[in-house]
Amino acid sequence: MTLRRAVFITGIVVLCAWTLVPIYLIALGAVGGRTVVNSWPKLFLPPADLSLATIRDFLDIAGVWSSALYSVEAAVLCMAFSILLGVPAGYALARFAFTGATAYRLLVLLTRAFPVAILALPLTVGFIRLGLYDTPLGVSLMHTALALPFAVLVSASLFQAIPRELEEAAWVFGCSPVGGFLRVVLPLALPGIAATAIFAFVISWNEVFAASVLTVRHKTLTAYLLSVLSESPPHVQFAGGFVLIIPSVLFIFLVRKRLFSMWGIANR
Amino acid sequence: MNARFIPYLLIAPSLGFLTVLFFVPLVQTIALAFQADGIWSAANFARMAGDLDFTDAVVNTFEIVIIVVPLQLLLALAMAMMLQHVRGGRDIVLWIWSIPLGISDLAAGLVWLAILTDKGYLNTILLHLGVLSGPRSWLSYETPVTLLSAIVVAELWRATAIVLVILVAGVQLIPKEYGEAADVFGATPWQRFTRVTLPLLKPSIQTALILRTVLAFEMFAIVLSIGGRNFPVLVSEAFNWQYNQQDFGVAAAYAVIVMGVSLAATLIYLWALRTPAAQR
Repeated sequence: MTLRRAVFITGIVVLCAWTLVPIYLIALGAVGGRTVVNSWPKLFLPPADLSLATIRDFLDIAGVWSSALYSVEAAVLCMAFSILLGVPAGYALARFAFTGATAYRLLVLLTRAFPVAILALPLTVGFIRLGLYDTPLGVSLMHTALALPFAVLVSASLFQAIPRELEEAAWVFGCSPVGGFLRVVLPLALPGIAATAIFAFVISWNEVFAASVLTVRHKTLTAYLLSVLSESPPHVQFAGGFVLIIPSVLFIFLVRKRLFSMWGIANR
Repeated sequence: MNARFIPYLLIAPSLGFLTVLFFVPLVQTIALAFQADGIWSAANFARMAGDLDFTDAVVNTFEIVIIVVPLQLLLALAMAMMLQHVRGGRDIVLWIWSIPLGISDLAAGLVWLAILTDKGYLNTILLHLGVLSGPRSWLSYETPVTLLSAIVVAELWRATAIVLVILVAGVQLIPKEYGEAADVFGATPWQRFTRVTLPLLKPSIQTALILRTVLAFEMFAIVLSIGGRNFPVLVSEAFNWQYNQQDFGVAAAYAVIVMGVSLAATLIYLWALRTPAAQR
């Protein structure tokens, strides 16, 4: 191995460590509980007495888990809304040449130039009137506004990649347009749609501003953690931060194969 | 049913949704910002500008954006170029590098708080190196430089991944023959990078910069978790006026400012990094 190659590999490893070590450290703080968080100087290994008791302490931090449940609820709803609204629009963009298609596409792209979550500010009043304020459903609606443009653009590119001839063959063999879509196009697009859905979940799960503005007692995990930042003990904060990170890492792993094609195409 | 209506039927739900949850709030925010006691006025902006934290919030926000975005672009470019030369395990390296893409700014702030706090891991390392003799605070009001650096580091850690993913997607679209042709004509690797790769990557760079800059202007949870109220930014002030002061007008005025700078940044990027029609 040449010196150049050695330097190169060191660089790769350092950049991997730069990503992973901070996650490892907050995990230490999360599972170590009060004792580890208050200890000084810090140890870089898990405490030797890392037992079921400390892990149970971690799992017992009540506010974190109940709010995590609200987060899951909002994120699942956001995922469902983004797909139900976004996939038909994507199909329309991919398969039909219609007046206004370009305008619609531009409009969807335009949302990107705006801080969409900040637009939750005036929504509070309307949400109170409709009974959506302080509910996971209300939060999920706002989050769908964030995730929907992405879902539209990605599903449009997914359908574009599926040859029109396949669909036409289905029609020849007696499928209705809906039947052809359900039996031929949808199965082929499904992995991509699943990846888009996962992305919508992550967008909602991670969003802080709108979730904080639209909730009081039924706070999502991010909103809860933000509201207790100044008063809760550090080990609760680190535990909350760690719980926030776990699903993100898993989901990025699940969509890793599609990440690049998704972003590459969605940004054309 | 007339087939001409099908596409409109398909886009109608999403269009209706975006109207209700994007356009209406957009107009409402602007109306809220420019109204006080039911009449049109600039009173909210006057109150906003008169607030002690306003200047700090503007300066801090621009400081972060101007420092962080170019660093992220350079780092992500370097990482994307390195990836082209990774032989084994490219997938796993890519996965690890893109993990922060899924991490919220609040979680990233808490991660770096755990490292940089008084009794944190950084100070432990400094203690072992003999630089420090005891816990020391880096994130307080009295240490503005280290506080700013901490936020920059946390932002670099969290949000470089999104730039990287867009750039890697862009690099994959560049035909290999272009680079090979440059090699045939005797280009050095640096010439090949600046004369072939960079120009062809321009649309991806533009997208990444737009997305990243708009998101950087929106940043607030990372700042609140690391610096508390010691480091006001535009969105944290909007949040404060809405949530703690319950003054929706001033909060909306801040939102209008954030919208204005986001839109301006987008237009500047669209113009500065435009691809001439002849090259499309």
